[in-house]
Amino acid sequence: MNKKIRILIAKPGLDGHDRGAKIVARSLRNAGMEVIYTGLHQTAEMIVETAIQEDVDVIGLSLLSGAHMTLFTDVTKLLKKKKIEDIIVLGGGIIPEQDIPKLKKEGISGVFGPGTRTEEIVEFINKNVKK
Amino acid sequence: MYDKQKLESIKKKENEWQKNKYKKITKNHPERKESFENLSGIGIKNIYNPWDNKDLEFFKDIGFPGEYPFLRGIHATMHRGRLWTMRQFAGFGSAEETNKRYKYLLKHGETGLSVAFDYPTLYGYDSDHPLARGEFGKCGVAISSLKDMEILFDGIHVDEITTSMTINGPAAIIWAMYIANAENRGINRNLIGGTIQNDILKEYIAQKSFIFPPEPSMKLIVDTFEYGFKEIPRWNTISISGYHIREAGSTATQELAFTLGDGIEYVKAAKERGLEIDKFAPRLSFFFNAHNDFFEEIAKYRAARRIWAKEMKKLGAKKDRSLLMRFHTQTAGCALTAQQPEINIVRVTLQALSAILGGTQSLHTNSMDEALALPSEKAVRIALRTQQIIAEESGITNTIDPLGGSYYIEWLTDKMEEETYNYFDKVEKLGGVIPAIEKGFFQREIAESAYKYQKEIDTNKRKIVGVNDYITDDEISIPILKMDEKGEHRQINRLKKLRKERNNQKVEKHLHRLKKAAKGSENLMPYILDCIRSYATLGETCGLLREIYGEYEEPAIY
Repeated sequence: MNKKIRILIAKPGLDGHDRGAKIVARSLRNAGMEVIYTGLHQTAEMIVETAIQEDVDVIGLSLLSGAHMTLFTDVTKLLKKKKIEDIIVLGGGIIPEQDIPKLKKEGISGVFGPGTRTEEIVEFINKNVKK
Repeated sequence: MYDKQKLESIKKKENEWQKNKYKKITKNHPERKESFENLSGIGIKNIYNPWDNKDLEFFKDIGFPGEYPFLRGIHATMHRGRLWTMRQFAGFGSAEETNKRYKYLLKHGETGLSVAFDYPTLYGYDSDHPLARGEFGKCGVAISSLKDMEILFDGIHVDEITTSMTINGPAAIIWAMYIANAENRGINRNLIGGTIQNDILKEYIAQKSFIFPPEPSMKLIVDTFEYGFKEIPRWNTISISGYHIREAGSTATQELAFTLGDGIEYVKAAKERGLEIDKFAPRLSFFFNAHNDFFEEIAKYRAARRIWAKEMKKLGAKKDRSLLMRFHTQTAGCALTAQQPEINIVRVTLQALSAILGGTQSLHTNSMDEALALPSEKAVRIALRTQQIIAEESGITNTIDPLGGSYYIEWLTDKMEEETYNYFDKVEKLGGVIPAIEKGFFQREIAESAYKYQKEIDTNKRKIVGVNDYITDDEISIPILKMDEKGEHRQINRLKKLRKERNNQKVEKHLHRLKKAAKGSENLMPYILDCIRSYATLGETCGLLREIYGEYEEPAIY
């Protein structure tokens, strides 16, 4: 039997909009994954630390405030610095189209905006996590 | 409202019609859906008749606008006398950029201002605080000191226009900046008017921009109530908000019940301090969401007015003015789609209509591009024009409460009131609003509703045009607001210069006095004002209170 996929849903920065993060967390749990939710106000260091401790396969970052270019890439840069290459990082929130290629270049493998079906995220994770 | 015999005959006739007509037809031509329900999950019948309003008494439950129970409107003349205030929530980047946006909106016919602050400001941090990283001016304007406030309102007649400020944790401090700016310009305090949101309970419940724990937060709020009615008589010292509860995923009924529950909690807290209810109650205001289900929203606003008037009477209010639920409305941000953004104009129109038919005092209409970014000039102008078209062209303002007496609307208004009281009972059993927050009751209720709503969309049970039906492959091509890249640099330099050039001895003195006062029970507003007048920054003033009061941490529930 395959090991369950482990995922950390995180809210970086000061943004308190947690509707999306909570819905995604619950959907992934219902899809059979192990979900850890950080709660609000996380720094990149806190997120990466939790990800290591919890031995997750995926980090899902959620942000509405518009600070994604800085706060999402803070996490991927820190992972790179720590030479952690086996964690997939995903992002979701209010993200303009033109920022998506830039985020992907910085190591955010999947970007999910408003209107995304939660199954799409489940499918993406199932496809991209190597087991 | 109807005589008993007539009602019986109507009921009899309806039963016949349901059986002999409706059932017969739907046997061969079934209805489009198995069941019809609104967004709160309330089942909706195929038709409503006087029988559905059989328990309503006209004078007791419906009545006239401007009279108890204020179901039909808080003013006798409503929108025939004065239109609602067209108030677009706006703020981004630096104070200079936002000042320009306000002047643009005013030039195009906006009649009230509404300030959106960025995250560092909402949390009481200066723009150069390490935790402000990446957030400068992102979802609001950055205001770190009175200097920034001066720039924000430069050239704007704050003695003539009212300003609403969405600020909660540091509300007293930001309000002090507004007051101090008016003072510096020689404007009489009796002339400035506006609103601070100042509603911390819904921050714990839904919006999550909290700083201090509940007890000191409530203390600060009551300080502003008291200072307000004594010193700044035209100011609404709170805007008790359902908007964010709804945006976090609640149903309309939950929005109504949780918001009014919060309102009652504030009244009790102020009464406990010994404030006279008829002094502070006229300055309480409310803020609701306008979501997609048209009639449900209208019923929500009507029910809100009636429940509030009843509850305020129970709490001991004697003056009519204390019974009035005055409210602002914003169309639902969470109902906007990133897909085919232009069609949001239509959604917003319908939502705005419901707010106006529901008797709102003030309205913000969302811009079509807000599921993508902050609104561009063109998008916000169309949003404002939407209100102007409804006001000037549609004719719906010709009469007051035009849907009053609709069998369906009256039934639904009543139903929502009933469900609100059910929630009041539940919260009471948990020990009141704050214990219920600490137990995660509201948070769980909201998360549950948000998840259910999303699943309905995911499974196509609920259709959203452009998202799960009527989809196009067209690329989204809409201009996105560009911010001044030099804004953050300018702001941080201004802060550095301010900290160097102001009279730092004076700043220290006032901060020290505030610190001393904050350890006791005195009203802090005069002390905060002194700090702000001496150009102490938001971060310094709020940081000091943080030291004394501590910070709130919420349980992470999903």
